[in-house]
Amino acid sequence: MRAAVLPPLEDRGGPAQPLLTVGGLVKHFPVKGGVFGPRRAVQAVDGVDFSVLKGETLGVVGESGCGKSTTARLLVRLMAPDAGTVIFDGESVGDALSLRDYRRQVQMVFQDSYASLNPRLTIEDSIAFGPRVHGVAARAATGRAHDLLARVGLEPRRFAGRYPHELSGGQRQRVNIARALALEPRLVILDEAVSALDKSVEAQVLNLLLDLKRDFGLTYIFISHDLNVVRFMADRVMVMYLGRVAEIGARDAVFDAPAHPYTAALLASMPKADPAERRDAPPLSGDPPNPIDPPPGCRFNPRCAFVEDVCRRTDPPLAALVPQHSAACLMASSGSGHSRAPEIAA
Amino acid sequence: MMAYAAKRILQVVPVAVGVSVVCFMLIHLAPGDPLAAILPSDASADLQAQMRALYGLDRPLPVQYGLWLIRALHGDLGQSIATGRPVTGEIAGAAVNTFILAGVATVLGFTVGATLGFLAGLARGTWVDRITSGIAMLGVSVPHYWLGLVLVIVFSVELNWLPATGAGPGGRSLDWSYLRFLVLPAVTLSVIPMGIIARTVRSLVADVTAQDFVSALGAKGMLRRQVLRHVVRNVAPTALSVMGLQLGYLLGGSILIETVFSWPGTGFLLNTAIFTRDLPLLQGTILVLAMIFVLINLGVDLLQGAIDPRIQR
Amino acid sequence: MSVLAASPPALRAERSPGYWRGVGSRIARDPVVVAALAVIVALVLMALLAPELAPMAPDKGSMIRRLKPIGTPGYPLGSDELGRDMLSRLIYGARLSLLMGVVPVPVAFLFGATLGIVAGYAGGLVNALIMRTVDVFYAFPSVLLAVALSGTLGSGLGNAMFSLTVVFIPQIARVAESVTTGVRKLDYIDAARASGARPLTIVLEHVLGNVLGPIFVFATSLVSVSMILASGLSFLGLGVRPPDAEWGLMLNTLRTAIYVNPAVAALPGVLILITSVSFNLFSDGLRGAMDVRS
Repeated sequence: MRAAVLPPLEDRGGPAQPLLTVGGLVKHFPVKGGVFGPRRAVQAVDGVDFSVLKGETLGVVGESGCGKSTTARLLVRLMAPDAGTVIFDGESVGDALSLRDYRRQVQMVFQDSYASLNPRLTIEDSIAFGPRVHGVAARAATGRAHDLLARVGLEPRRFAGRYPHELSGGQRQRVNIARALALEPRLVILDEAVSALDKSVEAQVLNLLLDLKRDFGLTYIFISHDLNVVRFMADRVMVMYLGRVAEIGARDAVFDAPAHPYTAALLASMPKADPAERRDAPPLSGDPPNPIDPPPGCRFNPRCAFVEDVCRRTDPPLAALVPQHSAACLMASSGSGHSRAPEIAA
Repeated sequence: MMAYAAKRILQVVPVAVGVSVVCFMLIHLAPGDPLAAILPSDASADLQAQMRALYGLDRPLPVQYGLWLIRALHGDLGQSIATGRPVTGEIAGAAVNTFILAGVATVLGFTVGATLGFLAGLARGTWVDRITSGIAMLGVSVPHYWLGLVLVIVFSVELNWLPATGAGPGGRSLDWSYLRFLVLPAVTLSVIPMGIIARTVRSLVADVTAQDFVSALGAKGMLRRQVLRHVVRNVAPTALSVMGLQLGYLLGGSILIETVFSWPGTGFLLNTAIFTRDLPLLQGTILVLAMIFVLINLGVDLLQGAIDPRIQR
Repeated sequence: MSVLAASPPALRAERSPGYWRGVGSRIARDPVVVAALAVIVALVLMALLAPELAPMAPDKGSMIRRLKPIGTPGYPLGSDELGRDMLSRLIYGARLSLLMGVVPVPVAFLFGATLGIVAGYAGGLVNALIMRTVDVFYAFPSVLLAVALSGTLGSGLGNAMFSLTVVFIPQIARVAESVTTGVRKLDYIDAARASGARPLTIVLEHVLGNVLGPIFVFATSLVSVSMILASGLSFLGLGVRPPDAEWGLMLNTLRTAIYVNPAVAALPGVLILITSVSFNLFSDGLRGAMDVRS
């Protein structure tokens, strides 16, 4: 049966229920050792928990290799997680909510605007592909593609019949955004979606994303290594380190009062125009350790300025400092044995 | 390096087993009864069953394969139906002749091809490039058995300089009385590797000279000769490995040339085996040639790994 | 929640010329490729129109007019060892030679590309199963495999064409697999998967269009090899059987004539060479025209 439009997606749990709740997400990639070498694995994502509220933008930051992109790919189910649950608006993905229905609700925009468009398809065909897959008739799908092109600021009559190589990077990323919206998703994952763009183009695309979010009632997971951009876009921020969540909390809380020394170090390495704004936290030194062999205890301990013996023994849990602000650091967890840990409240 | 070598060698084992299975199955692919060639057509059913048991043909195929493989690993490839002699001996004699022919042809093809390719790569876009590229194109396009005939027509029939066929009445020696028989088949066989190596070297040289470091060397006032040496060093490993592979192709693919020149090598042997329906000889020759090809490929890979550690991924 | 009502496209959008039109126009500007293509078309026409073009029947011999030289009245290209007109036999020979040399490549393309694309897209165990089998056949030098197969199966047009097809399938499958593996890693495939499309839909709509081109170019480069091998099999007596006219077989039967009339004996090879060079030039030109970087 070919429909003219997609059936609208309904909010089920009401505004208070998180749109997405992720629990214990794990993905290890086996690596080839020698012929007789031991079987080992890159612990790309190693037990990640978080939730995304309806209508918010959750920013995700961290160095390359911290598991940001793997998390994104797991959430869109481009790969199956080794363990963990994903609950979308109250329904467990893969059980109550079928993968196919879930995929309509969660779409992704990739970093490489050129590689994410099929070079042999015109732009309207690329955008119309998703709706057609979900049963929309070809003509209606093309019509929808034209409407979306107009919505992302590309004149359909000029652009719809073009091929990706005839467009600029910014224009291609607008097409990718239109393609992601073609299925009328509720959650859009933006994986370094503006990172490859020039600064001036980046600002335009960011503003477009904010407009679209308001007009379509979207929720974003905004992944970037650029802290300035995350600060501009995000309502809450999640910091990842070596496949784990290091810190998560409201944007201003995380940026103004980081609870994890890794967050503080990341912020210190941010380029600042105003010298008065510079922080005195120690800068980050060295490369992240090998995710095949994460250090025992706290994963950040080899690079941490406040490392103590206890950090090499104890793997810190993600603990709440105040409601809505948590960090995985022994200094933030009372009674942890770290000299800087808060006293246990009597 | 050792780990890489061990890995590559282990990867070759399943391929070699597969190759032996294909060779074994060839006999069963052949139309008609494998025994038809040895038994008289009016042989009694009793005698047929007896022979079947004698050759193990009454056993299930995997068992037959296992027994055949064990014998083959011990150097026993059965007896030629036509001559009654062991297949292994027949192949060994012929293989030496093929090695000589293919080896000379590879060296000749590599020398000429690499020179042409080098010139073309350095002089890209000029008439030198166009002519040498044209020669290389002809080299890979020419039906080499026809080229052999043409060379025979010119140098044997018309000019009467060189013998048309055979490997001479005397034994192998470094004497002109033997070498004159080698000239035409070797030149003919060298044409394909010549074309392929010329094309490979041309594009390699073009790539290397287009890289910034080469023009930087020139800019630093290095002599043209030193720059050239640099280019050679960058091109040589790939060119040599292509040459190794070509040697393998020639060893297995010289049947047409050996037939044209009646050169008593493995190809000629194969041709004889096909037309006398000598299946054990056919099977054995193919197995040996294919295994040599597999081993040469392995050798080239290992050498390349030793020269260029980047390959050892 | 839908802010956008899907409306039919208001006006036909301007459409850019497609990729293949660009390739076509680049080919048309290359005189060498155009010439090669013209020769190929002429050879095909010669094969199709052989009864119209040939002055004589290809199998009409004459014992008193054997091995006449080129330029003999009534025999413009001489006569063969059985007194048959060479010109007529060369024209008729195009039929079997082209059939034998060309057909195995598209057939192998069909099987090889399918195997390679399935292996490349599926990955994992399916890939290992297909590609390790392909490796075994790839481990034979192509001449040896073709001779081994048609030698055991026995001579004949069908067996020779079957053998050549088997020789080319692994070569095409390897190229198809590596191209597909490369394309599969690209984000647009992930985007298509994220939209919930089934694997078959993704392969048909997103993979094929991007891998068939390179596989096709590789396959065209095999036509020349196939022509030489096919005629080679006939030359060995493993292909077409006498008295059929085929260039490789004609070279074989005329071998004894090199002492009497060498020019006539060499003629069939010239046609094999022309065909092979034309296909090679066409393939090279196509590769260049399809390379987006140039």
